Amino acid sequence: MLRLDQETRDAIVAHARRDHPDEACGIVAGPEGSDRAERFVPMVNAASSPTFYEFDPTDLLHLYRDLDDRGEEPVVVYHSHTATEAYPSRTDIGLAMEPNAHYVLVSTRHLTFDADGNSDGPVEFRSYRIVDGAVTEEEVVVEPTTAHTEPRSQD
Amino acid sequence: MSVEVRIPTILRTYTGGEKAVPGEGSTLSQLIDDLESNHPGIKDRLVEGDGGATGGDLRRFVNVYVNDEDVRFTGGLETALKDGDQVVVLPAVAGGSVVPVAS
Repeated sequence: MLRLDQETRDAIVAHARRDHPDEACGIVAGPEGSDRAERFVPMVNAASSPTFYEFDPTDLLHLYRDLDDRGEEPVVVYHSHTATEAYPSRTDIGLAMEPNAHYVLVSTRHLTFDADGNSDGPVEFRSYRIVDGAVTEEEVVVEPTTAHTEPRSQD
Repeated sequence: MSVEVRIPTILRTYTGGEKAVPGEGSTLSQLIDDLESNHPGIKDRLVEGDGGATGGDLRRFVNVYVNDEDVRFTGGLETALKDGDQVVVLPAVAGGSVVPVAS
């Protein structure tokens, strides 16, 4: 099961809407081993593509260095599909390299846009475990963002 | 040349769970052969092709950095190493609805 607070869930969806029709991507970090998705980190899709995403290699190094310094790991790895369903593609499965992560797929295929570029319509939001090529869908539980979960204490 | 190699989570099954392991080599290619001798199976996860003297190349979706420099810009497997260098291995975070055309 993936637990996410409402604010983080909304931030992922907003990123996917904003980057549509290109795929959006990023992570939600949390303390190593905690399985708590706490810190939303949107990433640039270096592929700038409607059918592919890849973190820029330099951004990737900086991201992982930062995670290391904070004692964090990617708890969620998210990306959007902009013309297909929110289910891992063969590419997604073959390239899934974080066995501990929840892989979140957002589909923006049903979005419609008005003349000002504002989007409307439903998005699909689903989560999976992908380990050794095996995909298992899991429940997503969205919890209200509560005052005590942010701002985090300074440490 | 003795260097430290940072190992990503997915490859720690080859290093007994270690996040960083020491390695030897004056090029990245030699370092990977050295890693393979201590952690059998790891080379195939990093390099594709026959891996002979001239064969083989880094896998497309594996990033290797020497002192923060992406080795794709410093000579790939022939990148020179010196004592105390830090080598970081990170699998690409990538995917998408369609397989990309090789660039």
